[in-house]
Amino acid sequence: MAIEANGKVFETDEEGYLVTLADWEPVVAEEMAKEDDLELTDEHWDIINFLREYYEEYQIAPAVRVLTKAVGKKLGKEKGNSKYLYGLFPYGPGKQACRFAGLPKPTGCI
Amino acid sequence: MSETIKKFMYLNRRAPYGTIYAWESLEVVLIGAAFDQDVSLAFIGDGVYQLLEGQDTSESDMKNFSTTYKALGDYDVTKLYVEKESLEERGLTLDDLMPLTWEDEDDDWAEKDSIRLVSRAELADVLDDQDIVYSF
Amino acid sequence: MSTLHTVNKSPFEKNSLADCLGYAKEGSAVLMYEDGVYGAMKGNAVAEKVAAASGVKFYALGPDLKARGISEEKLAEGIEVVDYAGFVNLAVENDIVSAWV
Repeated sequence: MAIEANGKVFETDEEGYLVTLADWEPVVAEEMAKEDDLELTDEHWDIINFLREYYEEYQIAPAVRVLTKAVGKKLGKEKGNSKYLYGLFPYGPGKQACRFAGLPKPTGCI
Repeated sequence: MSETIKKFMYLNRRAPYGTIYAWESLEVVLIGAAFDQDVSLAFIGDGVYQLLEGQDTSESDMKNFSTTYKALGDYDVTKLYVEKESLEERGLTLDDLMPLTWEDEDDDWAEKDSIRLVSRAELADVLDDQDIVYSF
Repeated sequence: MSTLHTVNKSPFEKNSLADCLGYAKEGSAVLMYEDGVYGAMKGNAVAEKVAAASGVKFYALGPDLKARGISEEKLAEGIEVVDYAGFVNLAVENDIVSAWV
């Protein structure tokens, strides 16, 4: 599978995750969101950027529980709960947001 | 979730990079952390090399997963036993290892050390007290 | 005849380094790479054996040292750091390459 945007081809695996993390550009997230009938807002981008920073630092995509706690600490308590995160990413903040961010499927995501 | 909490110990015995064991162990720990059990890690033998400070794989086509140990605290994995004899045999001290900490939610997010330096005899007692021990 | 011995296993996990040292004659070279580079650290339990090998020149592969967090100051005396090109040169300069895996 692949996503085409900006005249480039971004290869994805059978579950829709980007094959090469380094290939990621914001347009990848936008195209993936479009396919999921979602429009990305600043709130979505906060989470996507947060995930990318987390991966950069720890070399893993965090489990939802870990993401929730960390978002609450960094972006405020009202955002650090699964209701808020599932509101933004209906297919799951772990799976869907990580996919948009170009990360692999979260470690500990079953 | 199960109502009885079991004690899981992951015994890390091998150096990173040369074989896949160290990274596999770390992945299993992170996946297992979702099950709310009592998790400990121990580093013995060449396993202590996994925690050496300053690992940098930029010149060797490998993933530098040493930073992933720093995420263990986020996963509520806060007990990392390091065996004193194994350090000494390798000419190392705690100062040669990465500082690893966790934040205690019940203590105003105070940062606490995850690494516990133990003797072989002390670690043997810790192992005796476990329900399940996985060796990597 | 000159020999380059290579060791890529940790001296604490396998006896490759010990076996190699038993056979490394004066004028030969020993290159440590992959997990073998742990044998190049100072102050560990094998450092004395390495230091006792007279007339043997020791090398360690830089990128493998770096990956494992072994900085210059953690190396035993007399260990020369080489890069991949240096590894190739050593293999070319010596008549025999003996790999202690």
